[in-house]
Amino acid sequence: MADKAKGFFVTGDPLIYGADVAIVITLLGILVFLTFFKKWGWLWREWLTTVDHKKIGIMYLVSSLLMLFRGGVDALLMRMQLAFPNSHFLDSQHYNEIFTTHGTIMILFMAMPFMFALFNIVVPLQLGARDVAYPFLNALSFWLFFFGAMLFNLSFVVGGSPDAGWLSYPPLSELAGSPGPGQNFYIWGIQISGIGSLATGINFLVTILKMRAPGMKLMKMPLFSWSVLASCITIIFAFPVLTVTLALLFVDRFFGAHIFTATGGGNPMMYVNLIWMWGHPEVYIVVLPAFGIYSEVVSTFSKKKIFGYKSMVFSMMIISVLSYFTWVHHFFTMGAGADVNTFFAITTMAIGIPTGVKVFNWLFTMFRGRISMTQPMLWTLAFIPCFVVGGATGVMLAVAPADYQYHNSYFLIAHFHQVLIGGVVFGYLAGLYYWWPKMFGFKLNDRLGKWAFWTWNIGFYVCFMPQYALGFMGMTRRVYTYGWDMGWAPYNLVSTGGAFLMGIGFVFQVWQILYSIKNGERDLTGDPWNGRTLEWSIPSPAPLYNFAHIPKVRSDDAWWDMKEHKHGAASEKENKEFEPIHMPKNSGIPFFMAACWFVAGFGLTFEWVWVGIAGLAGVAICLLARSFQRKTDYYIPVDEIKRTEASLGRVV
Amino acid sequence: MAQSVTSMDTRHEAHHDTFKLLGFWIFLVTDCIIFACLFAVYAVLRTHTDGDLTGHELFEVKGFTAETFILLASSFTSGLASLAMHKGNKKQLMAWLAVTVLLGMSFVGLEITEFAKMAAEGATISTNAFLSSFFTLVGTHGLHVTFGLIWMIGVMVQIGRHGIDHLTKEKVTIVGLYWHFLDVVWIFIFTVVYLLGVM
Repeated sequence: MADKAKGFFVTGDPLIYGADVAIVITLLGILVFLTFFKKWGWLWREWLTTVDHKKIGIMYLVSSLLMLFRGGVDALLMRMQLAFPNSHFLDSQHYNEIFTTHGTIMILFMAMPFMFALFNIVVPLQLGARDVAYPFLNALSFWLFFFGAMLFNLSFVVGGSPDAGWLSYPPLSELAGSPGPGQNFYIWGIQISGIGSLATGINFLVTILKMRAPGMKLMKMPLFSWSVLASCITIIFAFPVLTVTLALLFVDRFFGAHIFTATGGGNPMMYVNLIWMWGHPEVYIVVLPAFGIYSEVVSTFSKKKIFGYKSMVFSMMIISVLSYFTWVHHFFTMGAGADVNTFFAITTMAIGIPTGVKVFNWLFTMFRGRISMTQPMLWTLAFIPCFVVGGATGVMLAVAPADYQYHNSYFLIAHFHQVLIGGVVFGYLAGLYYWWPKMFGFKLNDRLGKWAFWTWNIGFYVCFMPQYALGFMGMTRRVYTYGWDMGWAPYNLVSTGGAFLMGIGFVFQVWQILYSIKNGERDLTGDPWNGRTLEWSIPSPAPLYNFAHIPKVRSDDAWWDMKEHKHGAASEKENKEFEPIHMPKNSGIPFFMAACWFVAGFGLTFEWVWVGIAGLAGVAICLLARSFQRKTDYYIPVDEIKRTEASLGRVV
Repeated sequence: MAQSVTSMDTRHEAHHDTFKLLGFWIFLVTDCIIFACLFAVYAVLRTHTDGDLTGHELFEVKGFTAETFILLASSFTSGLASLAMHKGNKKQLMAWLAVTVLLGMSFVGLEITEFAKMAAEGATISTNAFLSSFFTLVGTHGLHVTFGLIWMIGVMVQIGRHGIDHLTKEKVTIVGLYWHFLDVVWIFIFTVVYLLGVM
């Protein structure tokens, strides 16, 4: 029994024992809190069963910030290990596990849910819609992401973490290279949350195509919604490839098949091709919505219409198409030949063109604008030079012959952190500050925000600029220790210092949020930034049904137009009759279905076949139960709408 | 403006039909990509037999031809079911759905027999890369069919309870779409896997 438990729980590392204790204490704390304050019913009714896109968005947001913390701690552990030569802070196995989970968590369990949080909170409001196309599916997507992420994180304390890198190339990730459950945790954690991501892609594509307010033609749609459309199309074509790739890897591991093995006729390079056919579009999936956010922020805080609206739309669509023709640049050294490498080198460089168009459009929007230096604007301004440098080093990497030199070096690490942090994280943070008042009804404190901004930014350059140099000096990625004789020590020490500065930036943000909950400036108007798009036409936070009257759109920047010409919701005289509003009912099935997926994933991870089958049977039962439900909607009566609107100060 | 609110509201209710169908079409696109990847993997690995059994030695023309005819027939009968539904004939609808389910079951039965026979000859998923990709591709299709069968039976139970109304109509349409899709995928399996295999 004790031996069995020893194999089951991860043992032998004081860091992990510390984590065990922390997890148990946190869980106990939550349980005691919920029971003591009698919050179980509230939790179930208001959150776990909700199909309200705004609440789902907030749940995504909370989860992604928690994952940012976990991924960030992984990063700091790695930087601590690399700060000094011949360091024994972490052993090689532990280091492998940490860089694997850092990458996986940051992309799939931090960036993706952060993006979905903003999709959920903003898109229906910008479109003048009361909900997404499939509210039930939306809740299911969230819970699939959540339980997938929990399954992945469980590997930390149970069974052991995956250690084959964030994209898990075979033969390392095959059974012979990674025996034990770690790699299965990776496969099922991502697989389960990936199904949710795919469903979100379909959901928001249909929402955008079908649920825009009357008068909002596609070419009058706000640019953030356009960026979501581009991102969703990319999700729909990319995520099935990930599903297949992970399934095939599992088939290899579970049934002893030979698809990617180095023996039996299998082809490991096929895995690398497949995973990057998903993986490269994936980076555009996460960056496109950030481009949308910058467009909204720049236009709002320059008090100007966005410069070159049409070219913004076209450039995003071109990026989403081109993103499928770049995957081979991740392995120019595969041996595909000069012609293939040339093709992918050119397509990769070509993506710089539409991206450059966008950067110029943002600059021209600011030109002669009345710029206000709010927090969202600060992050947008910081993004531009950061992304330009990141883009330039990307073009350097795209030169195939030169890439033979930089390949898998720290130069690459510096490049992709620059585009992913400078492009994606800065963008989502800009979006977070921008839409925070809409979500919660108060602004985040400015002074703490500036501290966070500067520590993040200075920390960023201090951390990653030395890494470009380290790349040229021959330091490769994934080395866990090095000697004094390499001459890398001073650069690594500086880089580690920068990483900790960024960590301090995160601490400032947490402090900022906690401080502002109590002292933040309340927003009673619903339009604290003097915004341009429809989400600012309703109270903050938005009522359950979003719009008491569905707005009629006459031009792009619909809300700005209404304010300028005093029509629609901006008109004082407007006193229309209310109609009952049709809404979806809450449901516990998404939560249970995702929990069953968790059970199935856990069973298959440990190859406990019967647990796996029981979980999958549970999923099937949930699907049937949903199919048999007939009354899944209801009407909000007029009285209730009147009461709500009056309490929000909207009806005289 | 009040007018537009009412029209929007009815749109919201009516959207269940058009929205769900559109979403399902997009889902089918994603499923197409899944099969496209599996076909690509199979195309790469079909000659990677590691000196062991090839398709030429394993595939039996009689078996896969029978499977093909049965599945094509089931697609036809599911079409007849949807015709009966549009005529409002519940009995006919149920009957054609039942025939479709029976045909689907015999397809799955034949496939299982085929797989078992191959396994008995020593051709399993772990024999070589060719067989790994074969069993994954054809097996994924078979799992889809099995899932469709459970789904169709579920829809039949609902028609039995509630008759033909807008909800069950939508469900029959969508499961029918799914069933035709599986048929199209099978035609590719028939050509790429079996015909090219025995040649």
